Amino acid sequence: MNILKLTALKWVIYCSVLLSSALAHAALEIEISGGGAQQVPIAIVPFAQANTQDNISNIIAADLRRSGMFRVLETGGVVSRPSDIAQIKYAEWAALQAQAMAVGTVEVLPGNRLKVSFKLADVLKQTQLAGMEYNIAPSQLRLTAHKIADVIYQKLTGEIGNAASRIAYINKAKGRYALQVADADGENPQTVVSSAEPIISPDWSPDGTKIAYVSFEKKKPVIYIQSLMTGQRMILANFKGNNSAPAWSPDGTKLAIVLTYAANSQVYIINADGTDLKLLTKSSAIDTEPTWSPDAKWIYFSSDRGGSPQIYKVSAMGGEAQRVTFEGSYNLSPHFSPDGKQLAMIRNDGGKFRVALQDLSSGQVQLLSEGTQDESPSFAPNGRMLLYATRIGIRGTLAAVSSDGRIKQRLSESGGDVREPTWGPIIN
Amino acid sequence: MNKKLLGSLMLALVLTACKSAPMVEKPAAVEDKSASAPKAPANGADSSAIKEVVIDSQSTGNSPLKDPSNILSKRNIYFDFDSDAVKAEFRPLIEAHAKYLLAHADAKVALQGNADERGTREYNLALGQRRSVSVKKSLNLLGVQDKQIETVSYGEEKATAGCTNDACYKLNRRVDIAYEND
Repeated sequence: MNILKLTALKWVIYCSVLLSSALAHAALEIEISGGGAQQVPIAIVPFAQANTQDNISNIIAADLRRSGMFRVLETGGVVSRPSDIAQIKYAEWAALQAQAMAVGTVEVLPGNRLKVSFKLADVLKQTQLAGMEYNIAPSQLRLTAHKIADVIYQKLTGEIGNAASRIAYINKAKGRYALQVADADGENPQTVVSSAEPIISPDWSPDGTKIAYVSFEKKKPVIYIQSLMTGQRMILANFKGNNSAPAWSPDGTKLAIVLTYAANSQVYIINADGTDLKLLTKSSAIDTEPTWSPDAKWIYFSSDRGGSPQIYKVSAMGGEAQRVTFEGSYNLSPHFSPDGKQLAMIRNDGGKFRVALQDLSSGQVQLLSEGTQDESPSFAPNGRMLLYATRIGIRGTLAAVSSDGRIKQRLSESGGDVREPTWGPIIN
Repeated sequence: MNKKLLGSLMLALVLTACKSAPMVEKPAAVEDKSASAPKAPANGADSSAIKEVVIDSQSTGNSPLKDPSNILSKRNIYFDFDSDAVKAEFRPLIEAHAKYLLAHADAKVALQGNADERGTREYNLALGQRRSVSVKKSLNLLGVQDKQIETVSYGEEKATAGCTNDACYKLNRRVDIAYEND
């Protein structure tokens, strides 16, 4: 935390928001440094909120700030508190140099429901840009705030936002391993499965309803698929030897997995119901960490078949593998950007394991992280940010970096040892 | 603690003993320990609801293999850096386990390979596997059949974290011998 104390006033503001939350001690806290070059100045007017639960305006503001694309203005100096378009005195907000502003209300409805109304206005043109209404259960207030942040993000940047998505990660605490899921802002952490034996390699199904992971509860690595809503678990692969590294296909019907069933670690493809196992790679080396290209045509994977660990690709239909990485003596953990144009990986950079990003058309590589044992890079749904694991001392924590390297964030949960994050899809 | 976490339905899984190689098992039996409905309102519309599963391993039976005065209680074989060669000092240990396995045709062992924490988890899982295969070959040479041996890897998962020197790292470069149901 100390390293970021001096970075920005807005982080201090953000921090105080977090500390005021009753949930703060249980949640992942997010530290931000740096910022995008062109940030849209926006005012989030405190919503006229009838319930006392989470403050919706604060959640929206924090989401926008964290995206790096917005400068969220301090609204304390403005006396008026409009909650609808008709109440806005645009001159006041233009004086604050806001380009856009959000207003809204949260009303309590009969039957323990809430009605959330929100409007987005262009301050200069004095027009409404967006308006939404949500009839929700109180438990969905945070998610609704994230959805509103994504509407604002989409209207003002032209791209989809990431706020209404979730992250999964492994938290080791008090001798137990827990696969947990939290909102993309680190709040609302929930345990999916916990065990005294290690759990590794979580991977979201493309629809976000299930997670595949590797559990050692049978004293060996076995791949499970678990439904988030029902908790029902299915063993996907429990062959002799290791069963690991599950990776869902983009359409969710298959997974690439790694087995030592026949010999050394090799990549296989299996249907999501556990049928139709097929060997994909054939080498006498280690082949592991498979991942699908977004068009589902290729499986990229790590292999030491050439002497040092490097990333290769093979057609999802099988065939000869081709080497993908040539720079550096050690490249592992390939992960695609959603548009398929870039590949994130872990590179050994002079003894330091860091997140690198390779442009697949030019081959150009950029180092994005600054740790010594960074692992498990994965992209946000819109490809703007990458989540990865890093370490502070012997404890693992999560960090995020924008794909242009400009914005850096760190998430840390008190008391835990957090690793293997993976960013899930947008929640519908 | 957040409300959803507190309110989530606690489930316990009754795990079956370790079995090798069925292609697909039915989902493990799930025991619902809560007497009543979950405390949080069940809300079908809440797409972010999560049900928690708690796994508790069950150790079954006592084993003569645990007698501390018996060499069979020694289960760790250590390796040099970047090596999967079994060192001579571990021959007596491996011979004792080979003798036991030959005398107990029903006994099965998992050879659990381990690696130090440098590198990615899945790659280290594969590296640990190489060491377990190396110990398996030693047992094979002493007459133990493959059907009694399963080679698996824990990768870096059982490694001591935070090592900064080889005295620490070397303890993580090892194969552990684990008997089934032990």
